[in-house]
Amino acid sequence: MLNTHDILETITMIEDEHLDVRTITMGISLLDCSDENIDKACDKVYDKICRYAGDLVKTGEDISKEYGIPIIHKRISVTPIAMIAAPCQSMNPVKFAKALERAAQTTGVNFIGGYSALVHKGFAPGDYALIQSIPEALSETEHVCSSVNIGSTKTGINMDAVAKMGRIIRKTAELTADRDCIGAAKLVVFCNAPEDNPFMAGAFHGAGEPDCVINVGVSGPGVVRAALAKAGDCDITEVANLVKRTAFKITRTGQLVAQEAARRLCVPFGIIDLSLAPTPAIGDSVAHILEEMGLETCGAHGTTAALALLNDAVKKGGVMASSHVGGLSGAFIPVTEDAGMIDAARSGALTLTKLEAMTAVCSVGLDMIVIPGDTTADIISGIIADEAAIGMVNTKTTAVRVIPAIGKAAGEELNFGGLLGEGPVMAVNRHSPARFIQRGGRIPAPLQSLKN
Amino acid sequence: MRAVITVIGKDTVGILASVASECANAGVNVTEVTQSILQDLFAMSMMVDISKATIPFRELADRMQDLGEKRNLKIHVMHEDIFNSMHRI
Repeated sequence: MLNTHDILETITMIEDEHLDVRTITMGISLLDCSDENIDKACDKVYDKICRYAGDLVKTGEDISKEYGIPIIHKRISVTPIAMIAAPCQSMNPVKFAKALERAAQTTGVNFIGGYSALVHKGFAPGDYALIQSIPEALSETEHVCSSVNIGSTKTGINMDAVAKMGRIIRKTAELTADRDCIGAAKLVVFCNAPEDNPFMAGAFHGAGEPDCVINVGVSGPGVVRAALAKAGDCDITEVANLVKRTAFKITRTGQLVAQEAARRLCVPFGIIDLSLAPTPAIGDSVAHILEEMGLETCGAHGTTAALALLNDAVKKGGVMASSHVGGLSGAFIPVTEDAGMIDAARSGALTLTKLEAMTAVCSVGLDMIVIPGDTTADIISGIIADEAAIGMVNTKTTAVRVIPAIGKAAGEELNFGGLLGEGPVMAVNRHSPARFIQRGGRIPAPLQSLKN
Repeated sequence: MRAVITVIGKDTVGILASVASECANAGVNVTEVTQSILQDLFAMSMMVDISKATIPFRELADRMQDLGEKRNLKIHVMHEDIFNSMHRI
């Protein structure tokens, strides 16, 4: 018989501490859907997604009910559409976004990712047209997410793409200005993008992946915080151990759900993304974990060190609990999606420069940050270049998902609703990087030795 | 297939009987029961065999939830694997 204490611990984690499986994401290859006729290609895309993911939502709900663990999102990622759209490059690729939107509505998933292009070394046929169409695609669809990889450790950073993405982010925000600029919240710019990421907005199904695969992202910042609160005044070694132990338990839950989902859907299991993904709900915040460790507020000096410890311990605990680990894996720090981060940003304790430092030691990058509406495209490109450089040099994934709040200035707020949350407009450094950005070209790949 | 039913709430007369009779109605066999009462908080866990259940798992979970709401208790029905995977290596 199971130990009653263990049973109650699991139930407390789920009931009171927001333990959940954040997402079951089905990755689907669309490489066999290309066609010179764009309408035919779109039909093939829609049919294949609906055929493979028809039972995804119901299966997720069944597993959630049987195991008593909430599974928040059921999602789909697909092959970067730039590859599929390449044969019909004279046509507007927004038709593909609309096909993805229809498929998302038919299957009932809440996001579909992969309106993407990989241009870390240059633009291939299809890439340029796709990137150009992102603002229109995101303003005319609701569930489609887009990502662009503009750099990697092995190739360096494509500065032409960096310059372009600054303009694209601004335009996307402008086209959705009447909806709190939500288009930009569905667009992420990556360096070292993972091909098996289950989390939005950056999920896409890499070209090296199998035809169809199930990837799962776990969560549970509230559980980690509660474990630290119970431990009281222990030293940092013990804090790291507690995070590891908790991450192990969280990840085992994800592994169980992933294997069960893969079995029921007759699809291979891909990876578990070892993540601490916050939501705006009280008690589900990564910032609050850092504060539980002893910081007065997230953003104080010491935040980067606390986050580094947290991120590393989550991975160490999670790795042993799962047979395959991948995706973004680590603590997320999306500002508008985390109650503690929102408060810290509102009070001025958390600034963009501190967030940039934090991204050097944690999972993703500058995520869900609202910036003033008059921020120029060149400044946005500067933010992207800085963040990509951190990822490139440190051999890690970094990303930028900033939302220019059109018509608003620092101190005002945007509210996206739901899990995308809300947040204050954060000040940016207004000195111009224009000449640097407009040079174009590529930043060469960095040395992998002489590391100082 | 086995599941764990947990019941948490204020101790009153007949909790065990009501949960057990709901199990019997659904063809669910109770194999083990442990319960403890801390002050006046009642906590019970039941290991049950649902391989011969006459209703689907979802319905059993819904019925137990309704019973819990009626008696002001928190009742969960969860597949035993969730506990095994979390607490056993």
